[in-house]
Parts: sequence; C-alpha cells; structure tokens
Amino acid sequence: MKLLFERSCPGRGSDLLPPCDVPVTQLPADLCRESAPQLPEISEVDLSRHYTELAKQTHGVNDGFYPLGSCTMKYNPRIDEEMAALPGFTNLHPLQSLDTVQGALEVLHTAEQYLCEITGMHAMTFQPAAGAHGEYTGLLLIRKYHQSRGDAARTKILVPDSAHGTNPASATMAGFTVVHVPSNAQGGVDLDALREVAGPDTAGLMLTNPNTVGLFDPNILEITQIVHDAGGLCYYDGANLNAVMGHVRPGDMGFDCVHINLHKTFATPHGGGGPGSGPVGCKAFLADFLPAPRVVEKDGVYALETPAHTMGQVRSFYGNFLVVVKALTYILTLGKEGIPEASAGAVLNANYLMKKLADRYTMSYNTLCMHEFVMSLEPQSHAIGVTAMDIAKRLLDFGIHPPTMYFPLIVHEALMVEPTETESRETLDEAAEIFLKILDEAEKDPEGLHAAPHNTAIGRPDEVAAARNPILRYTAP
Amino acid sequence: MYVTPVDLKYTKSHEWVSEENGLTVIGLTDYAQSALGDIVFINLPEVGDEVTAGEPFSDTESVKAVSDVFSPVTGTVAEVNEDLLDNPALVNESPYEAWLIKVENVTETEDLLNAEEYEAVVAAEEG
Repeated sequence: MKLLFERSCPGRGSDLLPPCDVPVTQLPADLCRESAPQLPEISEVDLSRHYTELAKQTHGVNDGFYPLGSCTMKYNPRIDEEMAALPGFTNLHPLQSLDTVQGALEVLHTAEQYLCEITGMHAMTFQPAAGAHGEYTGLLLIRKYHQSRGDAARTKILVPDSAHGTNPASATMAGFTVVHVPSNAQGGVDLDALREVAGPDTAGLMLTNPNTVGLFDPNILEITQIVHDAGGLCYYDGANLNAVMGHVRPGDMGFDCVHINLHKTFATPHGGGGPGSGPVGCKAFLADFLPAPRVVEKDGVYALETPAHTMGQVRSFYGNFLVVVKALTYILTLGKEGIPEASAGAVLNANYLMKKLADRYTMSYNTLCMHEFVMSLEPQSHAIGVTAMDIAKRLLDFGIHPPTMYFPLIVHEALMVEPTETESRETLDEAAEIFLKILDEAEKDPEGLHAAPHNTAIGRPDEVAAARNPILRYTAP
Repeated sequence: MYVTPVDLKYTKSHEWVSEENGLTVIGLTDYAQSALGDIVFINLPEVGDEVTAGEPFSDTESVKAVSDVFSPVTGTVAEVNEDLLDNPALVNESPYEAWLIKVENVTETEDLLNAEEYEAVVAAEEG
C-alpha cells in the first residue's frame, strides 16, 4: 500500500486549526528551523482511508485469540474507554489550578490506594509511562536508598536467567552491573547460586513471580530473605501479576518495590492502542524517594506534595493519566470479588489449554502452570525441521495471534502461551484444535509449513535485512 | 557438522583463540554463529580497553537475542576488527576469519580446550 507521503499532493490538506485570531509574532530566528517540515499534504478522507487500511491489516484482541505470553492480552472493556472519554477528564490541562481538578486528583489517589492494597505496598507513583520505565524508576528508588545510607558499594543487581530482557537492560540504564542467577531444574531460582552471588555489593534483586516459564517460585520467601540478609532490596516485576492478583501480594512475598503494567493486568490497551502505564509502588521506607509530585489528601481536599528526598521527575506531570482512569474503572467494575476471580480464571484457562496440548506438544516443565505455559518445538525442529517460527506463522492463517516466540531464552524453540481469563472455553477448544491440526500438517508436509502464512497481507518479512539495514525515514524520490 | 579447526584453542562459552605475533586473537566459533543465527549487530570494545578473563567484552545481537561474548584472557585490547561494525554478517559467513579483537599484554589465560574437547562440549549442548 502507498505511504502517506506518496499520496501527498501539494496544496491539498485538512483544516486542523481554526484561523488565527490573535496578533502573529515571530519567534527569534535562532529558534526557527531553516526550512519547512516535509509533511504529507492529504485530504481528510484519504487520511482516514489510509489508517482504516492499516487497521484492516492488523490483528488486535478484538479480532481474535491473542495468547501472547507475558503480555496479558486480555479484552479491554468498553466501559473503561467510556470513562476515559468523559469531557471532565479529556479537557483537563495539567497546569490548571488544583481546586478545579479535585476529581482527577481523586482518581489518582483512589487508584493508588487500591493498587497498593493489591500489591501490598504503601505508596505509589503513576509517572512511569510503561513497564520498563517502571523498572528504571524502581531501580532509582533502590539506588537512592543505598545512597541515603552512605552505602556506595552496592553496585550489582541480581537477575534470574529467566527474566524479561528489560530487567538487565533497565539495571544497566540505571547504572548498575547485572549479575545473572541461574534457574534450578524446576524452573525457579537456584538458591545456592543466589547465596553465592548475594553479598555486600548487592544493591538488589529483580524478580518476576510467577516467572516467565509460568511457574510460581515456592521458595520466594527464602529468596527475598537471602537478598535482605545480604543488605539488598527486592524489586518485583509485575509483568505476571495477572496470575496472582487478589490471592497473594508482592509485599507479603518480601518485595520492597514493584511496578505494575496497567496495560496488562488492569485491562488498558497495549502497544499502538496504548499508551502504557507502569506505576511503581514501594514500602513506606522508600516513599520519600518517589518521584514528585504525589497526590495527598487531607480532610477531603486533594493536594500535590514533593516527597522529602525525591528522585525528581521521571516523566512530565502525572504520567499517562487517562490510562489510570481506565484501570481504576476496571478495578471498580471487578471489585473485591472480581479481582481474584479474574486471576483464578487466567490460571484455569492456561492449565486447560496446556492440558489439551500436552499429549502432542512438549511442555518445558511437567507441572501445573500459573497464567501461562511454555512449550518447546525442539523435538520437531530436530526430527522434521519444523520450528516454533513455522507454527507461529501458520497460526496467523487461522486468525490466531501467535504466542511469544523464542522466549524465555532458557527454553529452546519456545512458544509461550498466555490465554488470559477473558477467553471462553469454546475459544480455547477451537484454539487447541488448530494448534493440533498444525502439528498434523507439520508431520505430513514439513516443507509446506515453511511457506506459511498464506492469508495475511505480509508473510515472512526479512527480519535480518530489516535489522541490518533499517529504513527509518522517508526520503523523497 | 560444525567446523572446528584443530590449530585453534576454544572456550566452553564458544570463543576461539589463537596466537599471532604475540597477540591473542579472539573470535566466535562456527557453532556459536550457527546457534546465534543471523547476526545483525556486534558491540566491540575500543583499542586500549582492558579485558578480563571470564568477563564479557562484547555483545552480539541476532534477530533472536543479544548474547555476551566472553574473554578467555586478561589483557589490553590492541586491535578491533572494525569491518564487523559495518558488516556483522562476516561472523556468520567465515567465523574463523572474522576475528573480533586482538589482545596484548596478556597476564592471565583461562584453561582452554583443544578442538576435540570443544567438539564434545558442542555435542553435549546439542543433546
């Protein structure tokens, strides 16, 4: 399809701004760009058709099953969007005087209280714009804590080898050195290996529980104790909170700070439909280091406060505020009973689908899973040359978004499947049939599977060429 | 199935090592490049940087993953193969010609494997 730039026609355009009704002033010359930006000139109808065409080529959770592991692609209820579209929220300006935005501050304050209750934390910031940003903020909290005690020797962050790639990346960004901790045969943290690396240079541990192989680490209390005994802090990556919310709290597992992905666990949109939101919660002893400002309430009046030893701001103003409105709507809709029901449903659905596939697909760990499970196509890849990539590509032809591929790295030819609680038993049955049918196809005609998908707008893009020679901007012919 | 020249030494973490005019030359083995898949980027140290035996000195990025490359020696980087910055595919095409770095003033060397021992390591990993 044509790019917007290729559809551009000089002089055509849409009236985005009303005529200027104030005197025109010139900016100082040194602040002005030398030439006008090359923006496409295009009519509104052509613009609308362009994006509609793009939308038709995508697959969202509203199109079909989307079991992308660790991403928690649950359905986003329409009422969340309705609440976030209320003019009282959408027409706010972040610099309005506080007496005119009491309702918005109440949203932040209420959401903080509920999310602290769910995570077992005492205070929270909504500034981080997504999960990795939350990790970075949490790590700055840990750094500020050690600094405040004059402990400059703690430079290392311990990260299990099953962790999300963002964990070591965030730790490096925050100025720490990453130490990998190996997993044991059960997929959990190897306690002896952890004891060996935890010491006076340990700033903290980053952990997802349940982890990326979909298993809850039964040694979690011992893990956090080992790190605390060494003088380090424990950071909970909330990527997989959907498996346990309402049942067990990171704060009770011994974690000192957490981030939550509202765009996963609390049903706000992901990716292009985002933006995301990665609030960071902490125990009371870290609250003074949180980003500024924080919302506080006194006698029913909401105000903003700068924590005593704040790290400063990690994003402008209050973060992605409307995402918080959606998440709060979700929490209030589900209520105290619905939150644990949702996570129980997520675990049930994952186990149901795993069981349906386990006779034919090799499961990485032969045990009950939490909200997701990992299977390995290694036997098929050795025997008939059919890889996780081939299965994933063929799923597209059946209107299923593939599971996460080639992750976690500790499982070869991995497919990580997370159905979420919002899928019905019928959908899971259909999906299981398709997964099994594809394996039949693979055994009968392995070569044929290398050609899939057949029905999508784009089949197998050359990822290597795209990574080696990316074209990142349009250049006019 | 993988090429393992007998005149080179190897590490368990899939680097090859050779001596050349008093410098220690380090690269990635054929098995390593095959397991990584198409390499799209290589991050290399600079001349004069210190490398430490058993510690990473470089990382390679493939479509699948980013992986550390470990130094089998402690010393100072004398030369860096800058061709790899523009064309990391050279490691996939000819892993034993596409060296990564050359190290001088080597003060410590890990226990290295010969070709036969390294082939056994690869066979074990392949399962």
